[in-house]
Amino acid sequence: MSGIQEPFSEGNSLIHRLDPRGKIIVAGLFAVLVAVAKSMPAALAGLVLALLCLALARLPLKKVIVRLLVVNSFIFFLWFVLPLTYPGDAVLTFGPLSASRQGLTFTALITLKSNAIVIALMALVATVPVVTLGQAMHDMRFPDKLCHLLLFTYRYLYVFEQEFHRLVQAMKIRGFQPRTNLHTYRSYAYLAAMLLVRSYDRADRVFQAMLCRGFHGIFYSLRTFSWHRRDGIFVVVSMLALAVLLYLEWQKPNLL
Amino acid sequence: MSEPLIELHNITFAYPGAPHPVFQGLNYQLLPGKHIGLIGPNGCGKTTLLHLIMGLLRPQAGRIVIFGQEVKREKDFVDVRQKVGLLFQNADDQLFCPTVLEDVVFGPLNQGKKPEEAIRIARETIERLGLEGFEDRVTYKLSGGEKKLVSLATVLAMQPRLLLLDEPTAGLDEKTKERLIHILKNLDITFMVVSHESRFLEHTVKECCHVHTSSCEFISIERWRK
Repeated sequence: MSGIQEPFSEGNSLIHRLDPRGKIIVAGLFAVLVAVAKSMPAALAGLVLALLCLALARLPLKKVIVRLLVVNSFIFFLWFVLPLTYPGDAVLTFGPLSASRQGLTFTALITLKSNAIVIALMALVATVPVVTLGQAMHDMRFPDKLCHLLLFTYRYLYVFEQEFHRLVQAMKIRGFQPRTNLHTYRSYAYLAAMLLVRSYDRADRVFQAMLCRGFHGIFYSLRTFSWHRRDGIFVVVSMLALAVLLYLEWQKPNLL
Repeated sequence: MSEPLIELHNITFAYPGAPHPVFQGLNYQLLPGKHIGLIGPNGCGKTTLLHLIMGLLRPQAGRIVIFGQEVKREKDFVDVRQKVGLLFQNADDQLFCPTVLEDVVFGPLNQGKKPEEAIRIARETIERLGLEGFEDRVTYKLSGGEKKLVSLATVLAMQPRLLLLDEPTAGLDEKTKERLIHILKNLDITFMVVSHESRFLEHTVKECCHVHTSSCEFISIERWRK
């Protein structure tokens, strides 16, 4: 019935079986470290680590590639702009424009870093169902508001999607076919507006129903997380790997 | 005579922008142990009445007294909602957790019950409604009838003193309606049920209340059918 799925959260790999709390800590630290890294070896090592996690998580490769394509379609544009605008030694000239070596290196660095972070998040965070993620964050004493924001966003995404399908169906059964004309544009505008109004109302009613069942801002979780030996090992090994990243970054602080 | 569970005094309520108020100077009393059917044409305020009792809507004038306590602010209604259960018209509005068990324990956990006890109550309620084996089913994949029964379980798991049901039979097949009738007949708590179906009301309640703008007029089932 619903098109929103979490294909990466299902699985029985080592990574899937790890305690979500450990994965959140490692993914968070990894993302920060790689994001601030300025040296090529550190970024490369980050990518290798991320790929290692991906291999351990045994995610469906096709879906992983599709997601990476989405991310890289944004980065693709950087390759057009950054090398040409970054000041430095010219290596290629196209008429009045010239690409700098520093610009190219910088763009390559950004590409490596973003891919490393996205892959690591897919392997570590997307392998946890969103609801469990929210509960794990709650368990880790993340601010309540943040956890609720995550859980509610997820929950109402479904509502939005269901309303959307209902409206599209209602249009289809009356013979609507999208064409390039004003009728189509107007109908789509109505659809968007109606979707907003109906989802808002629906969300309001869900919230009322929750209030009626005594909801007072706290989600209680039935899930208790258990920390196994393998989680300890995972966190320690990850910390060592992150230390190596830090060392690489420190050794060669700036390539540019 | 025992104290009324609900007293409405001179309630006035209008939806913003509506030309006429839904209620004007409405008075109503619900005594414990009663099983009442709320009837009246669409838009006469049956659902509004239930939402006023739950504090989802606030009257512009008048007093609401529930279990002998006057309720005014959100804080007062928070206590009311611990003891009064409302079954929404649309089960999709009511169910929001991934699995049935998680949805049924939501209420008891909000009441401050320990997880083990909440689960025990939830399982008992699920069993009582004949929904054994549904615990791990995914709520949004249930059929319409199943959703309705699970919603009822989520409300009953809070062990309310008073149950409000908003058109519980809408869209249900005969078999599920029979199940609902059976459940309500064996319920030993006070309830008010909004319905348009005379056959359903005949089997579940002894008295009906015709909801008007300024009054709720008690009529017997037989008279209403004529």
